[in-house]
Amino acid sequence: MLSRTAENLFWIGRYLERAETMTRLLAVGARIALIPQVGEGFRNEWDSLLQASGTAAGFRRKYGEAVQRNIESYLFFDRDNPSSVASCFERARENGRIVRTALSAQVWDALNGAFQDLHALERLPRSEIDIARLVDWTTRHAALAKGAIDSTLLRNDGWDFLHLGFCLERADNTARLIDVKYYVLLPRADFVGSGLDSYQWQTLLRAFSAHRAFHWAYGGEISAAKVAHFLILNPQCPRSLITSVEEANLHLERLAAAYGAETRAQERARELLAELAGTNVDRIFDEGLHGFLSRFIASTADLAQTVGDCYLTGQAP
Amino acid sequence: MDGTHFNEMYDGGAVRPPYAQLEDWMRAMPAGLRSLKQAEAEDLFRRIGITFAVYGEGGDRDRLIPFDMFPRVFSQAEWRRLDRGIRQRARALNAFLADIYGRGEIVRAGRIPAPLVYGNAAYEKAMAGFAPPRDVWSHIVGIDIVRTGPTDFFVLEDNCRTPSGVSYMLENREIMMRMFPALFRENRIEPVDHYPDLLRRTLASVAPAKAEGDPTIALLTPGSFNSAYYEHSFLADLMGIELVEGQDLFVDGAFVFMRTTEGPRRVDVIYRRIDDAFLDPLCFRPDSMLGVPGLMDVYRSGGVTIVSAPGAGVADDKAVYAYVPEMVRFYLGEEPILPNVPTWQCGNEADLRHVLANLPELVVKEVHGSGGYGMLIGPKATQAQIEAFAARIRSDPANYIAQPTLALSTVPAFVAEGVAPRHVDLRPFCLVGERIELVPGGLTRVALKEGSLVVNSSQGGGVKDTWVLAE
Repeated sequence: MLSRTAENLFWIGRYLERAETMTRLLAVGARIALIPQVGEGFRNEWDSLLQASGTAAGFRRKYGEAVQRNIESYLFFDRDNPSSVASCFERARENGRIVRTALSAQVWDALNGAFQDLHALERLPRSEIDIARLVDWTTRHAALAKGAIDSTLLRNDGWDFLHLGFCLERADNTARLIDVKYYVLLPRADFVGSGLDSYQWQTLLRAFSAHRAFHWAYGGEISAAKVAHFLILNPQCPRSLITSVEEANLHLERLAAAYGAETRAQERARELLAELAGTNVDRIFDEGLHGFLSRFIASTADLAQTVGDCYLTGQAP
Repeated sequence: MDGTHFNEMYDGGAVRPPYAQLEDWMRAMPAGLRSLKQAEAEDLFRRIGITFAVYGEGGDRDRLIPFDMFPRVFSQAEWRRLDRGIRQRARALNAFLADIYGRGEIVRAGRIPAPLVYGNAAYEKAMAGFAPPRDVWSHIVGIDIVRTGPTDFFVLEDNCRTPSGVSYMLENREIMMRMFPALFRENRIEPVDHYPDLLRRTLASVAPAKAEGDPTIALLTPGSFNSAYYEHSFLADLMGIELVEGQDLFVDGAFVFMRTTEGPRRVDVIYRRIDDAFLDPLCFRPDSMLGVPGLMDVYRSGGVTIVSAPGAGVADDKAVYAYVPEMVRFYLGEEPILPNVPTWQCGNEADLRHVLANLPELVVKEVHGSGGYGMLIGPKATQAQIEAFAARIRSDPANYIAQPTLALSTVPAFVAEGVAPRHVDLRPFCLVGERIELVPGGLTRVALKEGSLVVNSSQGGGVKDTWVLAE
């Protein structure tokens, strides 16, 4: 397929995933804001979320004070924020419009429907829109799009590029969200294992819609080690880093088979998977969770760049 | 609306046979249901994403072309005559183009003035002596036809370059079938949905001799900001061909390639929806970002076929239009089945005098205009507008032609007050390749404003589904 088409599909995947992440951030923030302020660390939990999503500078320029109402606007509706939910759905739909020939009618419907519905949502008075409603809105439209993609799209290279967009963005976003919690939220080392710590981990799990899944898989007490294992190394967790990297590998293997040629992208993906599969939680904590996650985020970005170099520029790989 | 226009449905009060079934349908539809159906149609168009932007208006990229639910109907007999006339004209136009870039017999025979051909702004000197595959220059001919009486049809103009609107022809049918399936059970209507197949076959049939295996076809679009972008992607989709922009193509050696995920892939036929001037910055406008540098070299050396051929614009020039009946006689030895509208060439002294003396009754057009712009509609213009236009004509007479205001036929349309007659024209799309193919019907454009004669969508016109009844 045309490199430009593949690139557009790849980014539809990334935008849709990013939209979901932004909404999850909003949900996390709202729950954390309900905890009474204790000790030092970030006065304002919202600030940390803006940091995690890379939107802090833009937000400060436009709004200044990190108040919940402003953050809702910025992360959900604001077109000046290129990563807002509204921006992501708009771009995904615009990309969809550009590559209509590569999409089924149902996928277009899902993207276009979200776009039209967004306008309807924006016309409502803000007082009627609470975060729960925004989260529902996003998860519903993202689910419609993903459902349409998986049940109606031809499973050709285009389908693989879409999914590569999803899983590379998911890997990146998940790592950043975990990082927020551990590096940024925790005020002091001796708070680890405290009631405060536990509450925040639970909040993080809820943000991933994984709270019950976690308890089903691990039972017993919540602990940093267990949560880290769940979100990083457990292949049963749909959003874990290892699951996302496994999926990236799967789709890259399919592309290699379809094109009859391997590239550096498949090699890099395999390396990344091998590293995750070969480590454990103790080693990760020894290195330091923040250090590990930063390295992972860089590796994922590198893999995305390699995918771009190998497939999306149209030169012979 | 006075009684001097031919109403295609009611002729002197009685319903004409092609519309017999529709009368019941129309009467049985209460106003409430009608608005519901109209809203449903708009919703469907929006969901499909058929939107249209008007050049120079900026703003809303999501305007809809108004769709009127009342179909326009031809009987099989009416259509058969139109069909023959359209095919005849398409053959003549192509013979003309092949001739004027070749030996120029028609000019040598004195049947058309040389300056009109070789001095024509659309004449591509770079193409002189060139012969495209099968000698076809205009592969998709949009011949705009108007009607003034039961058997009186005239060709209003020819469009030999990139006629648009076929996606509406196809989608209008889809939507009518979705909203009023009963109508299609009660009436036997010739289908139109094989157009993309015919187009694909036409494109494949003109692949260059150097092509290997099944020809690779691509549709070259200016991009998603173009007002007709929906149609480009729609057609590419239905034909199963790649939709490309200039940036996706590059020239290497004797061929042109697409940038794909597996590396470069050769292209054999390019259906371009870009004007000649923007095709190749090395040959035409050097500031064009829409084209492919070096494309014309590949074209001239037979490495790729471009549809329609650069240089085809001479045939849809409004001054050359007056000579098309002559082309039919000269190349085919036949009498034209579809006549021209009488036309005065302002470049001609006597014609100019007549035009200036009768402006209030005439329609005056720029020779190279399109989309209904740069026109004067005498009967609708104020004295001031007429005088201003007269000045423009005097300053550049050769740039204008004039025709009498035709009493265009009307077809009922659903309007605010209920059902009322509105003026229509017809654009069939004739395909010329190895064979000549023509899908029954075409796009009926309707002037939605009461009394208006301007049907172009870029000026607020609408569209209708067009039926040809199978007998």
